[in-house]
Amino acid sequence: MGNRKKNGTFRIHVNGWGFVIPSIVLFLWLTLWPMINAFIMSLQKGKGSVTEFAGLDNYVRLLRDPVFISSTKNTILYFVIQVPIMLFLALIISSMLNNPKLKFRGFFRTAIFVPCVTSLVAYSLLFKSMFAVDGIINKTLMGLHLIDTPIPWLLDTFWAKVVIIAAITWRWTGYNMIFYLSSLQNIDGAIYEAAEIDGANGWHKFQYITVPLLKPVILLTAIMSTSGTLQLFDEVVNITSGGPANSTMTISQYIYNLSFKYAPDFGYAATVSYAIFFMVALLSLIQTKVSGDKND
Amino acid sequence: MTKADKKYAGKTKRRIAYGLQYMFLGGISLISIFPFIWMIIGATNKSMDITLGKLTFGDQLWVNLDNLFNAGELLVCIKNSAILSLIMTFMSMLICSMAGYGFVVFKSRVKELCFSLILLSMMIPSSSIVIPMFKMFSKMGLLNTKIGVILPALSTAFLIFFFRQNTKNFPFETIQSARIDGLGELGIFFKIYVPMMKSTYAAAAIITFMSSWNNYLWPLISLQTKEQRTLPLMISSLGTAYTPDYGMIMVGIIITTIPSALIFFLMQKSFVDSMMGSVK
Repeated sequence: MGNRKKNGTFRIHVNGWGFVIPSIVLFLWLTLWPMINAFIMSLQKGKGSVTEFAGLDNYVRLLRDPVFISSTKNTILYFVIQVPIMLFLALIISSMLNNPKLKFRGFFRTAIFVPCVTSLVAYSLLFKSMFAVDGIINKTLMGLHLIDTPIPWLLDTFWAKVVIIAAITWRWTGYNMIFYLSSLQNIDGAIYEAAEIDGANGWHKFQYITVPLLKPVILLTAIMSTSGTLQLFDEVVNITSGGPANSTMTISQYIYNLSFKYAPDFGYAATVSYAIFFMVALLSLIQTKVSGDKND
Repeated sequence: MTKADKKYAGKTKRRIAYGLQYMFLGGISLISIFPFIWMIIGATNKSMDITLGKLTFGDQLWVNLDNLFNAGELLVCIKNSAILSLIMTFMSMLICSMAGYGFVVFKSRVKELCFSLILLSMMIPSSSIVIPMFKMFSKMGLLNTKIGVILPALSTAFLIFFFRQNTKNFPFETIQSARIDGLGELGIFFKIYVPMMKSTYAAAAIITFMSSWNNYLWPLISLQTKEQRTLPLMISSLGTAYTPDYGMIMVGIIITTIPSALIFFLMQKSFVDSMMGSVK
């Protein structure tokens, strides 16, 4: 009897591994191994397939590479400006939509969420066509007398960045709003009523109830958006191709260009890959830390 | 001020506050929807008129559609996108749901460690590993093949996490009694777990289909010939041409958007649930 039981547990153990092994093998083969490989490659130098060991030369080159520095600056700029604007907007919208007395809630929610169904390439091209010099955006702004002369959106180093930021915000605000809305539904309405009796206005309720209670979700969306923005590729390639004069280029696009547009320099591209990896990891760590401290 | 006056003042104030909210939400909704209207109107206009911001319907829809058919292998691209997305969705759901199930039902210390390692890999940006993967796949002759596009998408940390979270609520007694009835472990998984977790699978299918349908970076790198191209690659190459023909691009964008839009409107609830799967 005891023997049979042992056999039974043994079989379950083997089967248990059978369930998880395929994904573990794929993970080791196609995520961990490439990551290790990228490190080995980052220590090598040379164009194409002829390479030699170069030690830390690539890392030294990285710090002096003006294109790397400017694409890092662009990426950080997108992240620093776009992520807070988008998350704040999503929070405001979702706390408005959480009010049961508001009419047309379903319509607003669907309308604001619907940009999420577009593919990144598709919406990028839509934005590119709308922001043409004689295009609909300039026409509308001039019609509203907000500007006198057309803005050269995609031809100007400053405005091109604005277009990229506007585009990403358009695509992802509704996505984040859904996360907030679902968590808001779990907050007891009595808390807001009590606050109202104590004389709190709308802004107070937002500041002292909504934001603190949503902190875990805000953190989650912040980490997701950070990692997404730092890896920005599809939009920049399809809206501006990184131009004008590399002013909108991101690190991901630079990695792509180094490997497939210029004479392929895989070793250096792998070095840049490590830079982006460390940035994502570091920023996620900082965000977790900061929100953790505030919780105490 | 009498009491009634005060009450009236409060009412006006609230009315103004609501008015402002409606204006704000209405404005945001308009901005959110406008590009879709733009896309539909654009599909009926000439490229020139689109860049000049024409906002009325034209009569170029068939011309644009015809141009798109002739510009690249449109049908081939649709076929490639469909095949890849369906296989990727089916296979990755199978592999990841088995893993999520295994990590919960056959919990052990080593498995927990494996899971945390996989979870940590969510931190690894995909652009960091495409270069070594490109070299690896070129050595194995997997570049420019469908398998080469499918393989990296099969085991994703997010999906495993998603299934693991949802499996935690699965009634263990059901598994126990099935074992007593003599059903094998694989039988329990396919005959009991899968049918009972339908809604989780629906949500996962939506996420996976959307991300594979819209997949861009890895196909761009690994697929090199026109015969293998997917829809996003095709419209992207039309869009980044020296003088893009926006009329036909708009038609292409509509074709690319239709499947995701359909899923969204038909399954709005599961769609939203799937987005929030990670919060649970």
